[in-house]
Parts: sequence; C-alpha cells; structure tokens
Amino acid sequence: MRSKGRSRFIALCVAPATILFFLFMVMPTVNVFRMSLFERGAYSPTETFVGMNNFSVLLKDTKFITSMQNTILLIVTVTIITFFFAIVFAAILTREKIRGQNFFRIVFYIPNILSIVVIAGIFSAIYKPDTTGMLNNIFTFFAGRNIEILWKTQPMVIVSIIIAMVWQAIGYYMVMYMASMSAVPASLYESAGLDGAGRLTQFFQLTLPLIWTNIRTTLTFFIISTINMAFLFVKSMVAPGMADVGLSFMYAQKDAGLYGYSMAAGVIIFLFSFLLSALVNRVTDREVLEM
Amino acid sequence: MKKMLSLLLASAMSLSLLAGCGGAPQTPPAQSTPPAGSPAQSTPAPETPKSIKVAALSSGYETTYPGMWKEVCEAFTAETGIAVDLTLEKNLEDVIGPSMQGGDYPDVVLLATGREKGLTEQFIKDKLIADITDVLSMNIPGESATVSSKLIPGFVGTNATNPYGDGKTYLAPMFYSPCGLFYNAGLFQEKGWEVPKTWDEMWELGDKAKAEGIDLFTYPTTGYFDAFFYALMYSVGGADFFNKATSYAEGVWDTPEGQQCFDIVAKLAEYTAKVTPAQANETDFSQNQQLILDNKALFMPNGTWIVGEMADAPRKDEATFAWGMTALPAAKAGGAGASYAFLEQIWVPSGAANVDAAKQFVAFMYSDKAADIFLKGGAVQPINGIVDKLEGDNVMFYSIYDSGASAVVGIFSSYASVAGLGTVREVFFDPVNGLVSGSTTKDQWVNDIKAASDQMRANLV
Repeated sequence: MRSKGRSRFIALCVAPATILFFLFMVMPTVNVFRMSLFERGAYSPTETFVGMNNFSVLLKDTKFITSMQNTILLIVTVTIITFFFAIVFAAILTREKIRGQNFFRIVFYIPNILSIVVIAGIFSAIYKPDTTGMLNNIFTFFAGRNIEILWKTQPMVIVSIIIAMVWQAIGYYMVMYMASMSAVPASLYESAGLDGAGRLTQFFQLTLPLIWTNIRTTLTFFIISTINMAFLFVKSMVAPGMADVGLSFMYAQKDAGLYGYSMAAGVIIFLFSFLLSALVNRVTDREVLEM
Repeated sequence: MKKMLSLLLASAMSLSLLAGCGGAPQTPPAQSTPPAGSPAQSTPAPETPKSIKVAALSSGYETTYPGMWKEVCEAFTAETGIAVDLTLEKNLEDVIGPSMQGGDYPDVVLLATGREKGLTEQFIKDKLIADITDVLSMNIPGESATVSSKLIPGFVGTNATNPYGDGKTYLAPMFYSPCGLFYNAGLFQEKGWEVPKTWDEMWELGDKAKAEGIDLFTYPTTGYFDAFFYALMYSVGGADFFNKATSYAEGVWDTPEGQQCFDIVAKLAEYTAKVTPAQANETDFSQNQQLILDNKALFMPNGTWIVGEMADAPRKDEATFAWGMTALPAAKAGGAGASYAFLEQIWVPSGAANVDAAKQFVAFMYSDKAADIFLKGGAVQPINGIVDKLEGDNVMFYSIYDSGASAVVGIFSSYASVAGLGTVREVFFDPVNGLVSGSTTKDQWVNDIKAASDQMRANLV
C-alpha cells in the first residue's frame, strides 16, 4: 500500500518533465527523420514525398562532402590540442606550486563565459590581415620584417578556426580535470616519490589512470559540442562558403528553400555524432582503477 | 525501479537544459474583430479590420532617422483608421520566420530579394505571395492619384516585381538606390586621376595606382557582387543580353558577352586588394570599406547607404575626403556605363489575414505624406519628381542616370529549389573570394556557373 502511494508520488513528480521532454526533444527528433524523406520549402504548407532521394543526392553533393571533411578535421585537431593542453595545464596547476594559481585558473576559464559574438569580435582584432592585427604584429616584431598573414581566407582559414576553438574550450576542461586531479590523495604521490618515480612517471602512472573516467566522459561531451561550436565559429567568423562545416551546410540549404534536404543533412550529422560518440566510448574503455 | 528512476531523472536534467532555450511565449495576435454596433452597419459594407500587422526590415534608413516607420504607420492610421502593429527588426527573417512557419503571417512585409537568408525568394518560389496587381490602379488613401500614375516607369514589370513573367505584379517597388563604384573623390583630385570611362582605362588606372601602393578594387562581401554583376552584364551586352542571362538562356555564358563578363571579373580579382577576402565576412566587412577611407583601395561596389554607414569612421585625410560614385565603366570606348538600381520590395503574403487592408497600406506607401517621411531617413521611392526633393550627397548619387549611365532593374529569375543546386550567390558570387585568394581558378568558376545555370533554367518557376 505504502509502496503504491510512493510510486504514484514519483510518477506525479516526473510526469511534467517526461511530457515536456517527449514534446520538445523526442518529437522534433522523430520529425527530423520524417522530414528528411520529404521536400518542401521552409514556409510552404505543401510537401512532396521523395523517399531516399535527398540522401542519395546528399552523398554526391561535393559541398556536403567538403563540409563533413571540415567537420571531421575540426573534431580531430581541436579535440587533440584542447585535451593535451587542458590536461597538461591542469596537472601543472594542481601538482606544482605556482604563484597566482587562481589567477591562471580564472584567465583560462574566461573565454568559456564569453558569447560567441564577443569571441568573433576579439578574433577579428587578433586576425586582422595587415600588420595592425595582433598575431601579425607579434610575428612582425620577432621576424623583423612585415608579416601579413591573411588569417581568414584560404589556406589559413581552417587553422584560424582551430586556434579560436581551442582558445575557447581549454579553460572549461582544464577546470574539470583540476577538480578530479585534486581528488587524487597526495599520499599516493608521496609513496610514488619514495619509490623513485619522477614527475613524468607520476603523471603517466598515477594521474592519468586515476582521472581516466573523467577524460572519457568529457571526451564524449567535447565531440558533440565541437560539432555545434564549429558551426557557430564558422558562421560568425568567416565568409560563407569558405570553410563550411556540416551544420552550416544544413542551414544554408534551409535558406535556399530546401527544408527536406537540410533535414537529410541533419539526419546524417545526427547519426555521425551518435556513432562517433559510441566509438570513442568504446575505444577509451579501460578497467576502472579505484583509489 | 532504480534504473527507471535514474532514467527519468536524466531526462528531467536534459529538459532543464532545454528550458533555457525556450523563448518567451508568443502572445496570440490581437484578432481583428469587426467594429460592433457602429452606425454604418446598415449597409453590408466589407468589414474593415481594426489593425494590420506590418513587418519591416530595420535598415540604414531607420538608423538615419529613428522612428521613420512608426511615423509612417501613424500617418496611415490617421488616414484610414486602421491601426498598425509594427514589427521592425534588423534580423527580420529570424523574428517573423518561425511564426510564419507556424502559419501566422504579417499582412505586409518589407524585405528585399537578394538577402543572405533568401526569405523573399523562398516565398516567390513557393508562390506564397498575394497578387497585388490591382494596387497599381488603386487610389492612394488620402489622395486622388492612382499608384501607377505616381510610379516612375520601368520599375514595375521586371522580374523583381513580376517574378513569374505573367504580367501580374506580386512585389511592389518600395525603395531604390543606385549602386555603383564608390571612391574617394578627394584622392582622385589630389593625384590628378580621371574616373575611368571604360574598362581599359580602369586597368590603366589600376597599374598607375599599384605603382603608388594603392589597390584598384575591394568589396565588402561577395554579396555586393550581385548589383555589380547585373550592371556589368547590362553594360557589356545591353538589355537583350541582360534578359537572356538573368533567365539562364541556353549557351548565354558561351557568347562573347558572357565571356567578357567573366574576363572582367577575373581580371578585377587580380587587381583586388589581397586582404579583401580575409575580411569579406559579416564581422569584418566594414574593414574592407575602410580601405577606401584609408586610401588603400580606389573603388568598391556599394549603395548610397554607405555614406551613413561609414559616417563616423576615421578618414586618412579628413579635410579632402569626399564620397564619389560612378557607374560601371562602359565595355568599349563610346559605350554607356551602367548602374544597377537596387530595389527593396514590399509584399503581401498570400496567407495574410487582412489582404485588402494590406493592399491599402501598400498603396499608402506612395502617398506624398509617406514619401516625405521616408525621405527624412534618406529612403528614396520610385515616385515621379522625387529626385527634385533630394538633399546632400543623394543629389549626386541619384543623378547618376542623368549623366548617361543606363539604369538597370531586374534580378535573376527564380527557380524551384533543387537539392544539390546552390543559390545564385553561392554559384556566381561567393567564389570571387577564391578568385582573389587564388584558391579557385577562373575556369572552375565559369564551368560551375554553366552547369548550375543549365539546372536553374530547367527549374524556372
């Protein structure tokens, strides 16, 4: 009797969330799949069923293939660079005694709370193509001659986006790793030190294995968020058509009046990120170490 | 049970993430109820709605004279008694787009073709715009003249207003602005240079300027090439070629005229300031415009709004800087230059609730009252005699057609969207960035245009 009332209470508590979740998450997702089989303008009330045609055209569309290549390039490079620096910085800031630790933590974290428009503005100044641009200015100073790299056009445009994305993401993940690293008891490091393990050995044999679960989880988050962030960065920083990624391709198709086609691109990106996350999860599977 | 609970908790968590994304709830539009108990009810007159919804793009004109649209709407209400619910936004597509997808349409929309989001084009393609041919013969509210008697001839009838070529008008010509090449007249005076009349003179000037470290050309973004390319096609091949090209006639790009257009753009790309494509995006395009003010580049394609847009920007030489504008040079010596009249259209969605009142509103746009208010913001309508009312830089800009340049009106014909086929801008103009930076070759660009053009012709609406 008591358990019945209890489960009724629980059901009542979670019902609003479940209903809303179904309404605003499950239904739209199902709708994306359905609409990818139709063709219609974004505003037209009529739609025609075209079966798998959208997908067969999509896989031959060179623009889509290029955008997916860009997406993959960004995911791979941005992930590797960001994780490398985030883990190294976190290890330095937690394990070493550095003056102004908190200061660095805040400085690295700030980019994460800036809106994308602000970031685009900041990088507009950093990447200015003449010698008044911050990066060009620094290079000019050290090279002793005028260096005018055109950051936001071919062939440098993708590098510029990678730099900006890494800059934006490092702080957040660094703070995450700092949290889990400081949970590793100092006594472990002490005994490792007594056994003759150097700093590097300690890092690889102790720190990394002990925060591995954390790295795994954040990796999945990061891949999904990179797909989204890449779109925002490309959209706000560079000219259309210069370094399109999957999602910006999708948006451009919607604006061209091809709602079904853009949904088909959406389906492929959805499946792609789903599979990639599953794959990463699988590859990084290790025996969990208990402290 | 535990598993179930955690599952539910997880969904609740993801939902709370979503909660942040939800916009403010859309309040239902004030439904226009027929005026109850009014004395004129004895005769079954058509019900006049109490209010209409007008959605207008907030452009440079509104910045020049804030409150311009509000004032016009109030004048309309004073004249007809119909209240106006005005939506005025810089990103109009993002504001009215979602509710239109839900079937809630404004009654009147001021939004031109040729914008990046292509909302107006989509409405044309899907035939969702009401036929407003009868507006032309309507009396302007508060005046005795009809709309067509006040319109400058030539503005109605092109595919910018009659997109289906069936003699019916769907989009009314609202504001027009001559587009051309803008330059610093002070610099030309100082150096003793002449504004080129032909493209050959243009290249000569380009070499001369290069020797002084000044580039011949720049452009804000590739989007500005549409007005440029329309004028170019007209100056190279005249009206006949222009009409063929804008309707993607077979083989039109293989004609000598077609080839010449591509040659000129490709050559111009060589003379373009190298930094241009690196700044040809939404964030940095004003840096390209700044090149003219800094005397680093001579010409850029632009519209009359540039004066207001760059009013506060620093000039290299504050004392001598003066805006100059010229039509595109003639294709050969003795030929006429050309200037594209960029046209902003006003239209009525066929799903609008109050089409008749909306038509009255469109007609009212051509009244003297409205035109005078718009003029305060520098917005010029294609109304007879309006050029005489202009002031300042606009006098020079709008007199461009008096000095022999052909006026070019019209746009590329609409075609049904086909998966894999890009928009006109994607196919024709975006690759110019690649031409300048060297990542795209001219042949690649031309071949892509030819292939796409065939598909566009096959899908004309």
